[in-house]
Amino acid sequence: MAKRRELQEINAGSMADIAFQLVIFFIVATTMDTDSGIFRRLPPMPEEEQKEEREIKERNIFVVLVNKDNQLLVENELMDIRDLREAAKEFIANPANKSDLPERVPEEIPYFGTIPITKFHVISLQNDRGTSYGTYIAVQNELTAAYNELKNELSLSKFGIKFDDLKEDDPRRDAIEKVYPLKISEAVPKNIGGT
Amino acid sequence: MTKFARKGKGKRPGINTASLPDIVFMLLFFFMVTTVLRETNLKVSVIVPFASEIKKLEKKSLVSYINIGKPLMTEIYGTAPRIQLNDAFASKDQIREFISSEREKMSEDDRKKMTVSIKCDKNVEMGIVTDVKEELKKASALKVNYSSRSGTKKEIFSNF
Repeated sequence: MAKRRELQEINAGSMADIAFQLVIFFIVATTMDTDSGIFRRLPPMPEEEQKEEREIKERNIFVVLVNKDNQLLVENELMDIRDLREAAKEFIANPANKSDLPERVPEEIPYFGTIPITKFHVISLQNDRGTSYGTYIAVQNELTAAYNELKNELSLSKFGIKFDDLKEDDPRRDAIEKVYPLKISEAVPKNIGGT
Repeated sequence: MTKFARKGKGKRPGINTASLPDIVFMLLFFFMVTTVLRETNLKVSVIVPFASEIKKLEKKSLVSYINIGKPLMTEIYGTAPRIQLNDAFASKDQIREFISSEREKMSEDDRKKMTVSIKCDKNVEMGIVTDVKEELKKASALKVNYSSRSGTKKEIFSNF
């Protein structure tokens, strides 16, 4: 009587090859690039009734105009982009309490107590329809940098830690955000000229 | 007779490949988990501008993309900058529709966190971008990311 033959095992030698093929497929199909950029919150669409602009005092507003030839007009004066960051920083913080820069209003903020902040300041960024996008981003970048540098300086002097190193849900982060709230208004562009 | 006598002149043993499939499977799982499949084919050429104050986009499922740039096939579509939503060219009037359809796809909780990433070529004029921004406001998709890549000061200020 013939012995029953044992079940033959499936040859697994080519398993690695099959898996390799799958790996290669996934490597090819994967996008590893993470998108990054400058975050902004657009203002909501104004309701029909409240069309009238809120009164903003002249000293509280910092007008940046960009024309289609990539020139900057800051507070009615021609400015080089390399100076924009410092100018914006001085405007936002108003450290010397100058009368032509935004008024400083005492405000109660956790960790800081009652400190004067430039609560009503607005940076108004206006561009021409012909301004190139690269230029626009460069200006946005400088304005954001001004805010970030101020936040960093404040965070370093108060907490001894960089603002970027504070965790997302850290209450200290919120406190600093309150001292320097990001206020960049992007007006609908007109044709500023240079056409 | 030494204890460690060499056992003749045998062939060198080959490397044991029994664990190779396991290793490869590990790689496979890694790639399967991290993969985000390419969803769209770009029909416009987009070279995003440089910036230094950039943040990374965290959750890709919350992000919708709007591409703006010159068409790749200029002989067919001309050189005027166009908007691309999903896989096709679109006019600015279609943006609201696009946003609401993207919203549909998300869960209730995620809708508030929806971010629109504007991937725009650096040489495009702002007019078209402004139109897009206005449409986004109307669609109340207010969280916007201006896609850009990190660059040096020289690169950022190259337009000036």
